[in-house]
Amino acid sequence: MEIVYVYTKKRSEFGRQCNFSDRPAELHVDILPDPSLAANFTVRDPCNVTMQCAEEMSEHEVNTERFESESRGINHVEGGWPKDLNPEDMEATIRYRKKVEKDEHYQNTIMQIAGLMEHCSKQNNATDIYQDFFDDEVEEEVVEESEEEPSAKTINVFRDPNEVKRTATSLSWHPDGNHKLAVAYSSLEFQKAPNDMSFDSYIWDIENHNKPEMTLKPVCPLVCLEYNPKDSHILVGGSYNGQIAYWDTRKGSQPVEMSTIEHSHRDPVYKVIWLQSKTGMDIFSASTDGQVLWWDIRKLSEPTERLVLDPSKKWNLDNALGAISLEFETTMPTKFMVGTEQGLVVSCNRKAKTPAEKIVCTYSGHHGPIYALQRNPFFPKNFLTVADWTARIWSEDIKESSIMWTKYHMAHLLDGCWSPVRPSVFFTVKMDGTLDVWDILFKQNDPTLSLKVCDEALYSIRVQDNGRYLGCGSQLGTTTLLEISSGLCTLQKNEKALVSEMFERETKREKILESRHREMRLKERSRSEQSREDEAKDADGEESTEELVARAETEFFHMLEAEKTKERNEEKERDMEKGVCEEKDFQEEHETNGVVASFTRGEISL
Amino acid sequence: MAEVDETMKRLQNQKGVQGIIIVNAEGIPIKSTLDNASTVQYAGNIHQLLMKARGIVRDIDPQNDLTFLRIRSKKNEVMIAPDKDYFLIVIQNPTE
Repeated sequence: MEIVYVYTKKRSEFGRQCNFSDRPAELHVDILPDPSLAANFTVRDPCNVTMQCAEEMSEHEVNTERFESESRGINHVEGGWPKDLNPEDMEATIRYRKKVEKDEHYQNTIMQIAGLMEHCSKQNNATDIYQDFFDDEVEEEVVEESEEEPSAKTINVFRDPNEVKRTATSLSWHPDGNHKLAVAYSSLEFQKAPNDMSFDSYIWDIENHNKPEMTLKPVCPLVCLEYNPKDSHILVGGSYNGQIAYWDTRKGSQPVEMSTIEHSHRDPVYKVIWLQSKTGMDIFSASTDGQVLWWDIRKLSEPTERLVLDPSKKWNLDNALGAISLEFETTMPTKFMVGTEQGLVVSCNRKAKTPAEKIVCTYSGHHGPIYALQRNPFFPKNFLTVADWTARIWSEDIKESSIMWTKYHMAHLLDGCWSPVRPSVFFTVKMDGTLDVWDILFKQNDPTLSLKVCDEALYSIRVQDNGRYLGCGSQLGTTTLLEISSGLCTLQKNEKALVSEMFERETKREKILESRHREMRLKERSRSEQSREDEAKDADGEESTEELVARAETEFFHMLEAEKTKERNEEKERDMEKGVCEEKDFQEEHETNGVVASFTRGEISL
Repeated sequence: MAEVDETMKRLQNQKGVQGIIIVNAEGIPIKSTLDNASTVQYAGNIHQLLMKARGIVRDIDPQNDLTFLRIRSKKNEVMIAPDKDYFLIVIQNPTE
């Protein structure tokens, strides 16, 4: 539909038309050079002019195009048979073989080489020549290795094959063998996703970075994706529109089943975790709409259970905190923790009797949404949270503050996780594209290793179960696979004991601080209560606010009344004086105009 | 003929021996104790390797010649005894 506006003006309003005519050129100004001005300048001879007589070079950058390689195998077929023989023909081959065997030369040769062979075979059985004789030396080598510089190197980079790049929001390693990585792609920026953005998420084979091994085609982009730890063919994904879907890699790219929209979340599902159950088919999911829902994969039409994250325990959805991350430890199946958008960590008990008791306690201390939440795999009482500009380590017993925290960084921290092999190592990724490896036994103030992985923000990180490889996903969909040095993924001696000591020490410190705070608060409270009591004794029953308000009202009205009566009296006076003298009337009238006026009037009257 | 069979049997009964293959100069397996697919694979691949190994030895010293080739892998050991016209392959699992 074209919106057209027409501007109209009457011809009579235009004015006279312009009549153009030619005319010759006119010289308007001719400024002649003024020789006297030359005196202001001095002649310079010679003049210094810089020149360069070097070869002109220009800088070029070249980046080779991606080399696509494919692995192919060769099928060996029998060959070498004489031309007239068909190798498929069993009889012919057998006949040929028998002929050869009858040959004298064949028999002699075989006798010879068989003798040689027997000798070697017996040798093998006599001693094991490749036995490890110096086992203890090997151990010493391991110790030396741990003193080398911690380092990490990029092994492979998987780029989003689509034109429109999406953020790699979640990664999941394949449960056995760790040769595959499932990456969920979506655009988390509200309404910034272009219309032609692809919804696909991919499963990559580590060896092949050119093409993903498998594509998962959901109805809506996936925000999170997890492999089933028990069955490596099943993956579950939470999508941007709040639905949950699950795939079976044997069955193809389409989801096997999706949850119904009415019963799903109302906001993107930020985290989905598999539960430890007999069937191995239970999951639970969290989203910023404030709900945590439990599902059975086989029946995604309705969640089996739900929890509303209302801190006032009234199950009011309006009050609920939005959940961004979930934590579940298989060794503690009844407890789980939720990290919220508001910066609180809520610890919940699944097996509570009443819904109100499901929320056990909250931990506050962060200023922004908690992007990652994970218990230490060796010390489940301590957990790591990554939010705003810091990463904090908490102890379950201390609810007021974290026991350890990193300094405030320059960029937001977007994800983090513990190393599954070393209790003192954890990883965080930041918005400026750096990956930090922290070893709290080595250094607490700074990361042990800080690596700039890419120029854009890194949104997710996941460590493989062997602790050696980690994958991190960036804003433009580039997943980088890194290998860290062995020092950072081998358990040091005494490490567990040292780390547990450190955690205990920090926990104790926080406990002492907490009790001290409590004491101080109690003292203050008792003091303020005391002072309030004293005040009450002095005042004349003015304690209640209502009485105070009533008093204020009456005072106000009294003042109003007083003013009104004063005005009325003044008017009455004026009326009375009017009757005395007309001139005085004038005076009165001009009273307001100023003293001078009345003076003049007075003089005239006189 | 009988001697050949006897020798083969003796080799086969050695401790840890998994299979024996006799291949001729053209790469055709004459006799084998393994299944056809494995036999063909071994015969084809080892033939090439043998040619290469012999070539290397002769290249370094023309008077020299290859007498025996042993390939030890994680799972087993492949022993190859070459000759001008035939070669014998034995796959053994060494004592461990």
